Amino acid sequence: MKNIGTLLLAAVTALLVTAGGASASSGGTFVFCAPYGGDLFSLDMHKTSRTQDYIVGLNINRSLYKWDADQSKPVLALATDVKISADRKVYTFSLRNNVKFHNGRTMTADDVIWSYNRIAQPETSSSAASYIANIEGADAVMTGKTKTISGLKKIDDFTLEMTLKHPVDIGYALCKVEAAIVPREAIEGREAEFSINPVGCGPFKFVKWVRGSEVILEKFDGYFEAGKPYIDKLVYKIMPEGAARDIAFRSGELDANIVGASQYPIYLRDPQIKDNMIEVAEMYTRLIGFNSEFKPFADLRVRKAINHAINAELIIRKLLKNKAVLATGFLPTSSPAYDTAMKGYEYNLTKAKALMKEAGYADGFTFECIATANKSWGVGIVEALIPFLKRINITIKPQQLEGAALGERCRTGKFDAFIWSNESGPDPLETLNRYRSTTPRSAGNYTAYANPKYDKALDMAATAKTPAEKLEWVKKANRILFEDAPFWFFNYNKAIIAYQPWVKGIKPVAIEMMLQDFTNVTIDDSSPRK
Amino acid sequence: MRAYAFRRILQFIPTILIISVIMFVLLNLLPGNAALMAGDQRKAPDPRVVEQLKKEWGIDKPIHTRYFIYLKGLVQGDLGTSFLRREPVNKLVGERIWPTLRLSFAALFISVAIGIPLGFISALKRGSLIDTASMVAAVSGVSLPQFWLGLLMMYLFSVVLGWLPSSGYGNGNFVNLIMPAFTLGIGYTALLARATRAAVLEVLHKDYIRTARAKGLSEIMVNWRHVMRNTMVLVLTTAGLQFGALIGQTVIVEKLFSWPGLGSLLVDSIFQRDIPVTQGCILVMILVFLIVNLVVDLLYSVVDPRIEY
Repeated sequence: MKNIGTLLLAAVTALLVTAGGASASSGGTFVFCAPYGGDLFSLDMHKTSRTQDYIVGLNINRSLYKWDADQSKPVLALATDVKISADRKVYTFSLRNNVKFHNGRTMTADDVIWSYNRIAQPETSSSAASYIANIEGADAVMTGKTKTISGLKKIDDFTLEMTLKHPVDIGYALCKVEAAIVPREAIEGREAEFSINPVGCGPFKFVKWVRGSEVILEKFDGYFEAGKPYIDKLVYKIMPEGAARDIAFRSGELDANIVGASQYPIYLRDPQIKDNMIEVAEMYTRLIGFNSEFKPFADLRVRKAINHAINAELIIRKLLKNKAVLATGFLPTSSPAYDTAMKGYEYNLTKAKALMKEAGYADGFTFECIATANKSWGVGIVEALIPFLKRINITIKPQQLEGAALGERCRTGKFDAFIWSNESGPDPLETLNRYRSTTPRSAGNYTAYANPKYDKALDMAATAKTPAEKLEWVKKANRILFEDAPFWFFNYNKAIIAYQPWVKGIKPVAIEMMLQDFTNVTIDDSSPRK
Repeated sequence: MRAYAFRRILQFIPTILIISVIMFVLLNLLPGNAALMAGDQRKAPDPRVVEQLKKEWGIDKPIHTRYFIYLKGLVQGDLGTSFLRREPVNKLVGERIWPTLRLSFAALFISVAIGIPLGFISALKRGSLIDTASMVAAVSGVSLPQFWLGLLMMYLFSVVLGWLPSSGYGNGNFVNLIMPAFTLGIGYTALLARATRAAVLEVLHKDYIRTARAKGLSEIMVNWRHVMRNTMVLVLTTAGLQFGALIGQTVIVEKLFSWPGLGSLLVDSIFQRDIPVTQGCILVMILVFLIVNLVVDLLYSVVDPRIEY
């Protein structure tokens, strides 16, 4: 009896503590921003391919895996366990049995299969198609030969078997919000409606989208993680202008704000903000791509000379106000395959001059570099290179283009050089596949880089028996890419979010800082919206 | 007057047709396309998806075929379907037109309410301190870049004083309208003040003003019955013409204040090469411009009975 009494007391105490803790951090409205390029286009994650849409969609939806920002790797989300076969080609998922869609229905293996089939249909034109392309039979659906992916098998309502073509870590692909699991009944026959009034199984349900102004979400009480999310309402203000966001943040209207290069040094000096910033080296590598068909760039010594001739560290310090991490190769510091032994091309003018002389270009040459107006990887950076390259008798001529025009020129190879920010994660193998000799310019290998040794290293990584072995081959490929210097390796974006003192739980999301999952975010009572 | 209005409306048709051809050709000649812009430019594009989208949106067809498809829809009042949003352009434009008109008319109201009296008083008190001060303010108002002015107002009224929300539509609340409307209206106010002043000064030297004074009318009556009415035709011309420019300037103000209007929709669609939406926005803006000018023309006969149609 005494034991029962003690147990009861302990249970009540625990309950009170939990309830007390929850009330201190639960509730309130969080106002965030959607800063990229204007209004949202669609909240149908299978059909949109814009980061701006994903920022919001991430909190409405859930995928089979999710990105764990702390561990910087994908982890299971809609499944509790996965058994992987010895050949790493068959994944058997034990799905959670308590996942509910916002329409109240429980998610089952049928929903996962239906969602992936939808992504694969040619008429969906989904940018997530490449993420599920490695599932056996997905190609046949993508090319319109069949309607269902043969590699997906329902064992029972909550068990799913997935067969892959190659032994890859499928979590990297399936953690993307583009591969969200959605309810069939909310989409069939009402596709257009779904894109502006979505139904998912994420922590927040959709309430309203004021076009061009804001999107409002509210806590989904049936979310599968008990007691979460903590905040009641999540508002995304569509604010493409950095200066306007800065003012809204300073006036307390925004609870968190993405920090631009011009604001970064000011925020660092501000005693009220400097301690409330979180930063990460994002998986985007800023670089200048050298067209391999432009004669001087066909010579490795010239490409290396350019890398040695530029003091990238100085440009980062002076122009980017240190809001970037100096690149030491293609894969960024936040990549699981980042090679700490790689130190980057040292700034060494003597070496650069010697290489130019050796290549027969002691008198230099002139080339044009196409660039956008972007402050961190645009025409301003190209202009900063002029004096550096002049010292090795190279004249670089910046030509400013708008994003769409630059993309077209890159895809068709109509350039000498371009400056851009290229995705360099999260899956290092998948990222490096972009530069295989078989990848055409139209699929992102803009410089038409080709090296059989590089291809071979990637092949070895793809068929490696263990994750450690795979990582070694990926690192090797990354070193080959660095040695071949098809790029001037500039920097990795240092993404920063500044938040109000009442905010807790903002994470350093290396795949894209703005992809904040608000399941665990809390705001305390000092918030004006609580 | 009805016959005149009808004739003017008929003239809209060739105007819109000519504009639609120019616009269609120019937009389709721009490098880059929506299929490429559909994705995050930093990621490797999937050529299969790009080709599928081109086919789905019909941008793989020759330009003349595309124009006739567009024209066929236009005749039926269908502006097409947005490439990237996959929604009818009529719906998208319909949702955005009211916030833009609301903002533009609020700016117009501010400008008329401040600019015309200011110009009038300046002219009547020519050379006085009021005249000098108001014209200095007017020149400053015309010269101020809207973007900068908007940011200054945001800083003052949101950060320092905390009186107004810095941006957003806020369910159409009046407080959200104040700053964008002033930002948009300041330059227009200054312009109207200067135009009114010039018009009043011109009228003040006319013989009929001297006659009115000579026959013993009070100064108030002279100003109200003779100066004001004769000035209004000139002021209306300026106001009508500049209203079109005001609609165009909403692009900057809407972007800055996250205002869900036609201007911000237009900018987004241009950068994303969403041609049907761009065409829809431009056409609607032109239509608003044409209608406002027609209304101004018709108003001439109301303010000046000597004008007949």
